[in-house]
Amino acid sequence: MHTAKPAYDKLIFELSCSGRHAYSLPDCDVPVADPAQLLPKEHLRETPAELPEVSEVDVIRHYSRLSQMNYGVDTHFYPLGSCTMKYNPKINEDMARLPGFARLHPLAPEASAQGALQLMYELAQDLAEISGMDHVSLQPAAGAQGELAGVLMIRAYHLSRGERRTKVLIPDSAHGTNPASTALAGFSVVELKSEPNGDVDLQDLEQHLGDDVAAFMITQPNTLGLFESKIHQITEMCHAKGVQVYMDGANFNAILGITRPGDLGFDVCHFNLHKTFTTPHGGGGPGAGPVGIKAHLAPFLPTPVVIKDGEEYALDWSRPQSIGKLQAFWGNFGMLVRAWTYIRTMGPDGLRAVSDNAVLNANYILKRLEDHYDRSAPGPCMHECVLSARRQKKLGVSATDIAKRLLDLGFYAPSTYFPLIVEEALMIEPTETESKETLDEFCDAMIQIAREAQENPHLIHEAPVTTPVRRLDQTGAARQPRLKWTPPDRT
Amino acid sequence: MRYISNTAAQQREMLATIGAGSIEDLLSRIPTKARLSHPLNVPAAMAEADLVRHLRRLSAKNANADDFACFLGAGSYDHTVPSPINHLISRGEFFTAYTPYQPEASQGTLRSIFEYQTMMAELAGMDVANASLYDGASSLAEAVLMAHAVTERNTTVLSKGVNPLYRQVVETYVEGPGLRLRSAALGDGATDLDALRKVVNAQTAAVVIQYPNFFGCLEDVKAVGEIAHAAGALLVVAADPVNLALLTPPGALGADIVVGEGQGLGVPMTFGGPNLGVFAVKQELVRRMPGRLVGATVDLDGQRGFVLTLQTREQHIRREKATSNICTNVALCALMATIHVAIMGKVGLRKVGELSTAKAHYAAEAFGKIPGVKLKFSAPFFKEFALQLPKSPERVVKRLLKDRILAGVPLKTFDRAYKDCLLVAVTEKRTREEIDAYAAALAAAVA
Repeated sequence: MHTAKPAYDKLIFELSCSGRHAYSLPDCDVPVADPAQLLPKEHLRETPAELPEVSEVDVIRHYSRLSQMNYGVDTHFYPLGSCTMKYNPKINEDMARLPGFARLHPLAPEASAQGALQLMYELAQDLAEISGMDHVSLQPAAGAQGELAGVLMIRAYHLSRGERRTKVLIPDSAHGTNPASTALAGFSVVELKSEPNGDVDLQDLEQHLGDDVAAFMITQPNTLGLFESKIHQITEMCHAKGVQVYMDGANFNAILGITRPGDLGFDVCHFNLHKTFTTPHGGGGPGAGPVGIKAHLAPFLPTPVVIKDGEEYALDWSRPQSIGKLQAFWGNFGMLVRAWTYIRTMGPDGLRAVSDNAVLNANYILKRLEDHYDRSAPGPCMHECVLSARRQKKLGVSATDIAKRLLDLGFYAPSTYFPLIVEEALMIEPTETESKETLDEFCDAMIQIAREAQENPHLIHEAPVTTPVRRLDQTGAARQPRLKWTPPDRT
Repeated sequence: MRYISNTAAQQREMLATIGAGSIEDLLSRIPTKARLSHPLNVPAAMAEADLVRHLRRLSAKNANADDFACFLGAGSYDHTVPSPINHLISRGEFFTAYTPYQPEASQGTLRSIFEYQTMMAELAGMDVANASLYDGASSLAEAVLMAHAVTERNTTVLSKGVNPLYRQVVETYVEGPGLRLRSAALGDGATDLDALRKVVNAQTAAVVIQYPNFFGCLEDVKAVGEIAHAAGALLVVAADPVNLALLTPPGALGADIVVGEGQGLGVPMTFGGPNLGVFAVKQELVRRMPGRLVGATVDLDGQRGFVLTLQTREQHIRREKATSNICTNVALCALMATIHVAIMGKVGLRKVGELSTAKAHYAAEAFGKIPGVKLKFSAPFFKEFALQLPKSPERVVKRLLKDRILAGVPLKTFDRAYKDCLLVAVTEKRTREEIDAYAAALAAAVA
């Protein structure tokens, strides 16, 4: 992080200088170059688009400086709960950039794309084994699209049996995408109350399991970082009423090689390759959200399905009951190469060690902080722990304040105010890639903040002061949205 | 296990602090019955050198666009990718950052998205662009859902000139809400306006066209917009932003929503993903749009800064009432596009369009002279065109592969009515030499 003040405050447009350029394009090597001779006049732009005119040096320096205004996993500990901000291996990047992958067109003849199709086939097999599911579709572009695909398959399954079920049950501790994806798939969402530790309230579930319920959607381990121990009972209760059970796989990093959704009775689960399987978050994406299913849902998989026929790999489009396509092509292939590379780097023992160490690290943080912050639930946690700043809140210091102060102390913030069922929630997920030394430094900082809340809350309220900007006016931004740059002479 | 930092001694130390005898003790909430009784049956770990060797071999089975002359399009294009893009996006501060929910520690990402929104709005001729959706197809599906929400009408009319892969994605997305889709036929390469008038009515939420369309032909956007608006429907235009530095922006022709595939702006083809879903709207529709938005604001000292804004539209706040379920988008691809547009700039991006047009027309003329080969449509086209061949397009493609030419996309897969057609795309990267070699090989293949 670049902290010199005043901070760099340019936009690329403000560096523009008429006549400067950074592009390198060939001269036209065909006889007719003028578009006015080739296209009807009404199709040609009358005034040029107002785009920057800058040199290559301008571009490099500007974006390098912008990057220095960010915290990333490569520069900072990033304990963002539910997001699994682990180290993103560099070899993955080299492999995704091999010309045979990066420079491959999606509609190249299948015979000329066998390497790519084989990689997809193998990754789907590996994810099926890791999850205990029968089939995996790699097409969804992100977790939320995996959810949509999963819920649409459940819908198609019920309809194929002549059942019109209209509701999906979702606990109040769920990620926001769960209800949003479910509504998009045409279902009405029924919110179930969780027990204080995030467990499913079995009595409440039983009461809601009617014959109009299509699915129950839960996160395992739950969003408080606890393993739902009555899971077999839950999936059996649901199946007895013809209800499909969906697992939000956001927390998969806790269970690799320890337990498998398929063996727990889940019918569908999605993966976030940008969480558990080390593809980078990229400032918000791209990710990949493959979805795994049990055999009875296979007829409804998104098209096309990558198949192996003898020694040949192919895209199978002949799936009359399919829910259809989710994105134009076959999936976020670049992310799939990275995940494949990661799985082959780790092997079975390595994957198991990932979850063991993720669980160890989270419990270590929980132990070191439990005297200073309130715990959200008793007992050991899985890969993340949820604390509450309700004690600090009484002193006038909120979860947001704590997050901002951590930025000054050299750490990214935990997730705050999620899950919704925990007051002033601080959700901390260290991941397995962090060392004890880093965890200790982070815990020391958290303990320092707890002390400051009692002795000098002013320091926390002022934070952050070391970042390129101080706290920003969010309300003003929403009241009068300014969503693009306007030249000074046009404002 | 080089990605795990703690040593065995540290693990023991940590367990002692926790007061647990082993990691197993920490897993006590997992019932025995739920435990996996055997190691995962995935391949054994590979050392880095072995892995690299293996993947180089696997990737070498694919016909990449460095070793083959790529005339494939249909939604993914071999445009120039300037070198600085990969260097800049690989900086860990961009690459390994999360969604900028803590704005003070994410100003780099936020500023670049603000620039991206400005560039996309300018190219599309619209007021506001969002921070990206997954790809062109899912952006179009979101536009159809949004038009339905805005107009409270249940039917959308899609031109047959819209990429059939996009139309399939729209079909998936409208299944849940139970919306109806109707098609508008093509005339000679562009949407038949008389046919369109017959299917647009008071139930129509939106009319969707692609510009230039799937077959490369230029639509009469303005006329289509007039038909849509006369019925109270929105005009949704799918357009490739690469082309919009040269072509009239859809916003100037009456579009209410512009979507598109931004892959051509510096994003590698990568077998079709990740791509870049562009989404832009007129001012009055801002609060109904899907996806993240970055806005300018000030900090406590009055200094300019940027934040995610209008988040009450989004799933993490509004849950089942959100405008979309999208969370993770394709921010890094949006950054690639931002750097690409900065490098190409006002003059270069227009030149990309001019070169592509010139070369595509040169190619079309050369191929059209081959006996038995002709252009399928006579409507004006841009950088892509459909060829009608006297022999099976699949066989022609196979034959030209031997000359290291990726000849085009046979259209039979999408529509049997075009079973004798091949869709050919020509970008600024194709050389006259490659086009002449294609013409010679094609002449031999159909002779």
